Amino acid sequence: MALEITAARPDPALLDLPWRVPLEEWPEDILAALPRGISRHVVRFVRLSGRVLAVKEIKADLARREYELLRNLNRLGMPCVEPFAVISGRVGADGRELDACLVTRHLQFSLPYRALYSQTLRKGTATRLIDALAVLLVRLHLAGFWWGDVSLSNTLFRRDAGAFAAYLVDAETGELRQRLSDGQREHDLDIARINIAGELMDLEAGGLLQEDRDPVAVSERIMTRYRELWGELTGPELIDDGERWRVEDRMRRLNALGFDVDELEITTDLDGTSIRIQPKVVDAGHHSRRLLRLTGLDVRENQARRLLNDLDAFTAGTGRQGEDEEIVAHEWLTRIYEPVTRRVPRGLVAKLEPAELFHEVLEHRWYLAERARHDIPIEEAIDDYVASVLPGKPDEQSVLGVDTRELPVIAGPNAQP
Amino acid sequence: MATVKFDQATRIYPGNDTPSVDRLDIDVADGEFLVLVGPSGCGKSTSLRMLAGLEEVNDGKIWIGDRDVTDLSPKDRDVAMVFQNYALYPHMTVADNMGFALKIAGVDKGEIRKRVQEAAGILDLTDYLERKPKALSGGQRQRVAMGRAIVRSPQVFLMDEPLSNLDAKLRVQTRTQIASLQRRLGVTTVYVTHDQIEAMTMGDRIALLKDGILQQCATPREMYDRPNNVFVAGFIGSPAMNLVSVPVTEDGVQFGSHRLHVDRSLLGSSGNEVIVGMRPEDVEVTTNEDGLELIVDVVEELGADAYVYATPANPDIRLEGVGDDALAKPFIARVDGRRVPDKGSKIFVYPNPDHMHVFNKESGARLG
Ligand SMILES: Nc1ncnc2c1ncn2[C@@H]1O[C@H](COP(=O)(O)OP(=O)(O)O)[C@@H](O)[C@H]1O
Ligand SMILES: Nc1ncnc2c1ncn2[C@@H]1O[C@H](COP(=O)(O)OP(=O)(O)O)[C@@H](O)[C@H]1O
Ligand SMILES: [Mg+2]
Ligand SMILES: [Mg+2]
Repeated sequence: MALEITAARPDPALLDLPWRVPLEEWPEDILAALPRGISRHVVRFVRLSGRVLAVKEIKADLARREYELLRNLNRLGMPCVEPFAVISGRVGADGRELDACLVTRHLQFSLPYRALYSQTLRKGTATRLIDALAVLLVRLHLAGFWWGDVSLSNTLFRRDAGAFAAYLVDAETGELRQRLSDGQREHDLDIARINIAGELMDLEAGGLLQEDRDPVAVSERIMTRYRELWGELTGPELIDDGERWRVEDRMRRLNALGFDVDELEITTDLDGTSIRIQPKVVDAGHHSRRLLRLTGLDVRENQARRLLNDLDAFTAGTGRQGEDEEIVAHEWLTRIYEPVTRRVPRGLVAKLEPAELFHEVLEHRWYLAERARHDIPIEEAIDDYVASVLPGKPDEQSVLGVDTRELPVIAGPNAQP
Repeated sequence: MATVKFDQATRIYPGNDTPSVDRLDIDVADGEFLVLVGPSGCGKSTSLRMLAGLEEVNDGKIWIGDRDVTDLSPKDRDVAMVFQNYALYPHMTVADNMGFALKIAGVDKGEIRKRVQEAAGILDLTDYLERKPKALSGGQRQRVAMGRAIVRSPQVFLMDEPLSNLDAKLRVQTRTQIASLQRRLGVTTVYVTHDQIEAMTMGDRIALLKDGILQQCATPREMYDRPNNVFVAGFIGSPAMNLVSVPVTEDGVQFGSHRLHVDRSLLGSSGNEVIVGMRPEDVEVTTNEDGLELIVDVVEELGADAYVYATPANPDIRLEGVGDDALAKPFIARVDGRRVPDKGSKIFVYPNPDHMHVFNKESGARLG
């Protein structure tokens, strides 16, 4: 059998990887010791042509299926890892067939939940992770994706202005439909809840969970958060004919949740006394799209919200409310945002992404101001932040600080103890 | 423990015109292991979710025991859906790994301990309860995963392709384990798979679905010996049954140069052609010019026997079969390992009249 590489844009350097060796035995020097979640398959990270790739050893038909699903999810604009290649037809040095490999790009600045828990954490981290996962699950369901294995392990998290943004990493069990039935969504929620409770209990057993509430109670949040969000995004609402402003109100509520309404169905009943409104097509990324349009900055939703708030403050502070929004935004970008993010010394840039750093500096300025009981210029805040806070942060571009062995992976069931 | 009944159960997904499960009728006996099998998209998972209470039933009913559960929520049905995927939690003991779902369900500690103990006894894991999963072998880990389901002691187990991501060796091993465990526990089980070998080896009975419609529900033996229609005939059995369209004659059918007697009353309404089916072990192979002429492509030696893969010498003869690759399907015959024909040689075949199957060409239905 010949080695076969399936990829949209194959990188010839892929051929240099030791495909004849079982993934578990790949030499240390090509591996990147990044943390990963609990998994059944063997997963390793490798460096190749200046990027980090995740390699998962899995049966060929499943690998191809997952590759296709990830491609389709990417096409639909869903937050998930990017598939890179499928390598099949592997044969070991002893002539035995080896399982195929699914290769995805390592998601930069992403953190598996277990790595988060090995850092000192702010209280309430578990709930923030679950909130992020609820948003991800709602988005996937809106797109017609049934996940089948919703869990913290199958999700990657990126910092998002103090909160988290969630990304799908494991699509093995997924199915993509035109539209999901309520039963399919409930099934996913059921799976999510059990998995999350189990994962939190595991952290608790390992002495890593510093939450004051028990895992079962925290895990229930996935259902309540999900249902709230789903209801707000898709539910019908009856309003009186005399209260048309509530149509606008509904749109604003959705915007505040980070969604744009692309299609809203409005029906009046026969006697014309009430109006029924129901969002038909909603699209995540309300704030990040607006910021992108104004400044060209491509950041996550909460970061965008934070940056837009700062832009608003800048506009008000400089008395420019009446002016063209894009011109003011450009000025804010060159006078505030870029100077702040450029002030980070080279050696520290891998710690945090620029937008997250900007958010942290704003937080830090507020903290300094509160202590000093007067306003602090942004330059002063950034200098103090770079000197006193940033050096103590772990590198998160691709988290290296954590020892992977402390994050045991349950390898394939045929692995020896 | 309980019986399960799909009673004309129908599911039409919103936006679809045709049902994904169409008037499904199955009676599952108390303690029975029923396998729902069929190609991808035939409605297996939908049926299972309807039984679990996770999918709306548009028409018909679902019964568990003598309760009509059609409108009951999942938690009121006392069924346990066994996860397709499982991960063992590294910091938790084997006991906690087995019992954690009960904790979520709010079962009290004493009861959890009791049920975990019982399950561990059944699974031969008693000595490992306080260990961490890391200290277990692959097979033991697999049993812990099963323990998770057992401790819930439901009336019915539901399993959706639980073996699909295991490697071949472990799949065979786990298949046997699940089947024997189910027999020991005697819990009614509905098991979904697309793999007919899994279905044949595990099920007390098999229900084969195609396009949402039940094709046949019978024991593995019956499915093999008396398939209801061409689809069942082609789906069950490996290597698959040979299916050939042949002309009808006055007193039977013409199989190449071989005449086969078939009762006219059976063929009565079935037009000029019928489909004749025979399993590889029921093929008479000869070098006399008697039967359907084939050219041997490949011979697979198995020791005592050998499989002969051959194609009709007359390219107009089409072999029927399941799937899109029907055209490329070879004719397969099992022959005595000491008398195998040469590759490239000419052979003649016809079915053993005692074990041949005749199907209506149009409807695919079994005749007789
Ligand atoms: N592209 C990726 N970027 C970052 N981490 C990844 C990536 N792919 C896999 N991982 C890590 O590896 C772990 C296991 O991968 P997963 O696809 O969930 O395997 P399994 O199917 O065995 O559960 C994930 O939890 C995640 O932490
Ligand atoms: N949400 C949905 N909307 C429309 N059609 C669906 C939906 N979910 C499943 N289907 C369709 O129902 C049929 C049966 O699906 P499923 O029960 O998942 O099949 P199986 O488990 O046998 O592979 C398929 O044709 C599938 O495309
Ligand atoms: Mg996973
Ligand atoms: Mg299915």
